[in-house]
Amino acid sequence: MAEETFLSDEFIRKLTAVGEVDILVGVPTFNNRGTIEQVVNAIQLGLVKYFPRERVVLVNPDGGSNDGTPEAVKNASIPDFRTLLSSRPLRTIHRVSTTYGGVDNRSSAWRIIMAAADLLRARACAVVSPDIESITPEWMEALVRPVYKEQFDLVTPIYHRHKYDGLLVKNIIAPIIRSIYGVKVREPVGGEFGFSGRLACHYMELDAWHEEFVRARTEIWLTTRAITDGFRLCQSFLGPKIRAPESSAQNIVATIQDTLGTLFRCMENQQSYWVSRTEPPQPVPVFGFEYSSGLEPRRINRKRMLAMFKNGVSQLTPILESILSAETLAKIQGISQQDEKHFRFPDELWVKTIYEFAASYHRSVINREHLLQALTPIYRGRIYSVVLESQRADAEQIEQRMEALSQEYEKLRPQLVGEWARKA
Amino acid sequence: MGKLILDTLGQTLGNFFNTVALFLPHVLSMLVIFVAGFIVALILKVIVRRIFGIASFRKYCDSAGLTQMMRKAALPPPVDFLGQVVFWVIWIVFIVLGVDALGISAFREQISRFFMFLPQVFVAMLVLFIGLLVANFFSRATLLAATNANYRSARLLSSLVRLLIIVFFVTMALEQIGLGRRVVLIAFSLAFGALMLGTAIAFGLGGRDVARRVLERQFLHKEETAEKDEEISPL
Repeated sequence: MAEETFLSDEFIRKLTAVGEVDILVGVPTFNNRGTIEQVVNAIQLGLVKYFPRERVVLVNPDGGSNDGTPEAVKNASIPDFRTLLSSRPLRTIHRVSTTYGGVDNRSSAWRIIMAAADLLRARACAVVSPDIESITPEWMEALVRPVYKEQFDLVTPIYHRHKYDGLLVKNIIAPIIRSIYGVKVREPVGGEFGFSGRLACHYMELDAWHEEFVRARTEIWLTTRAITDGFRLCQSFLGPKIRAPESSAQNIVATIQDTLGTLFRCMENQQSYWVSRTEPPQPVPVFGFEYSSGLEPRRINRKRMLAMFKNGVSQLTPILESILSAETLAKIQGISQQDEKHFRFPDELWVKTIYEFAASYHRSVINREHLLQALTPIYRGRIYSVVLESQRADAEQIEQRMEALSQEYEKLRPQLVGEWARKA
Repeated sequence: MGKLILDTLGQTLGNFFNTVALFLPHVLSMLVIFVAGFIVALILKVIVRRIFGIASFRKYCDSAGLTQMMRKAALPPPVDFLGQVVFWVIWIVFIVLGVDALGISAFREQISRFFMFLPQVFVAMLVLFIGLLVANFFSRATLLAATNANYRSARLLSSLVRLLIIVFFVTMALEQIGLGRRVVLIAFSLAFGALMLGTAIAFGLGGRDVARRVLERQFLHKEETAEKDEEISPL
């Protein structure tokens, strides 16, 4: 049995009262009063519809909400299932709430859910973000069924997104995981996951929960550990991902720092897995019917984005000199002179830049937080270029471009391996 | 008469040779101490470089920005610098001891004062060293934060932060060695006050319109554009 000391006595008592379960759904919350009722109802409906005979518990670790979120989780109810489903609940869906310290401590919520899964011997688990407005009952089936019926260990989501959404994932995280770890996962940082009880037990046995990088962006660590430790991965199509407006406002500097900091640290900790790996990347099975539909257009202040790239390259030259090779920096400085209509940030230069940042992070050429902050203006330049190039592109063309970028990451992988080994 | 002169000369020469004979061992002792000091300093330098030459210390110096900062100041890398400091400090101590071995009373007092003063010099050097590290870290943090907030004069702001921190630490170091304690403090207060007053006057009176435009651009414009940028989610 995994370590349980971080669980409160009351929480353990409540879990014990529930007894063993087949499925556990975790919803970590913090001040999500606006959306939580809808999320909990969608989960309940999904479980009744697709898993009516299974023993189910909903676990809600809350970061200390002061807007009545835990009460909303407790009180969310569907008065009459018959108006929504042909089936009726055969079992009670238990709900257990607990609080954890530290609003930003995302890993605590994950850890509580994993520990609960371990304690209740759940066969399949799912975690859902509390601020998703586009959740449907089908998400439960999509996240749980591959684990419960098909014996997969980790289900990562695939969303239908606007072409300009998730550009950090598309331009850095997913292609790096593909080229480095050899697994074609499209959304390794999604807020929704499905996982087996076996995998939850395995995570609980690992001694990394207290690490800063795990706390910063737990999802990346969970995904990469599942890959390196040989668990079975699959993906499920969930449909559109629309978050509550207050949650979707992300500070790009902090997001880059958290996400890439975690990814680079994972690469460092797991280098014995990937440095010597030579096999080509493997596809990951996809469940669900993938479709695309029109999404609301996005407004982007492109001029400001380009101005910030140019200003950043000019102001940060002394810092970039210690991170990038002279050749790469010269090329970036070269493109920063281009006018806004003809501006292009080529794939090859982008991949080289990211790999050089990763290697420099590995050998700590400067303070690591500073290094990641120095990437932000360059990222803006790349995004400007992507937006410019894909203005009139449809979903298929975007997909082709992403594939070409991923292949560029794979092509230049030996360069990263060389730099990494040389500078270790 | 001639004999008297010869006796006197002989006596003088005898006294001189006696004095030289008495003094010569002191000189030899001094030279031996010098050479021994040189050898000891050299050995300690090698030991220090071996101890601090390990990869993790070099990596730490790199990540703290120390190596880069010293390179900019035309100084050798931290480990070499530390070795040089150890070498010179040890050898100077031996040189002072060697001079003391001459037994000249005038030197004695100076030497004892030197040894009394030495700890303060060390502390002052340490203060300066920490100051350089702190200044480098915060100026880089300022540069990055200001650039990511789209300030045009990020580098100027960063240099100002570096300058202020260095001046602050130099003041502390000088105070530590008791050099012009009041003068330094007054000079620092005056310079800082004048800088702030000058900036306030220039900004408030001379560039009233510019100030308004800058503030509008920085705050009003920033709020609008930040709102627009948030429409695309990176994750």
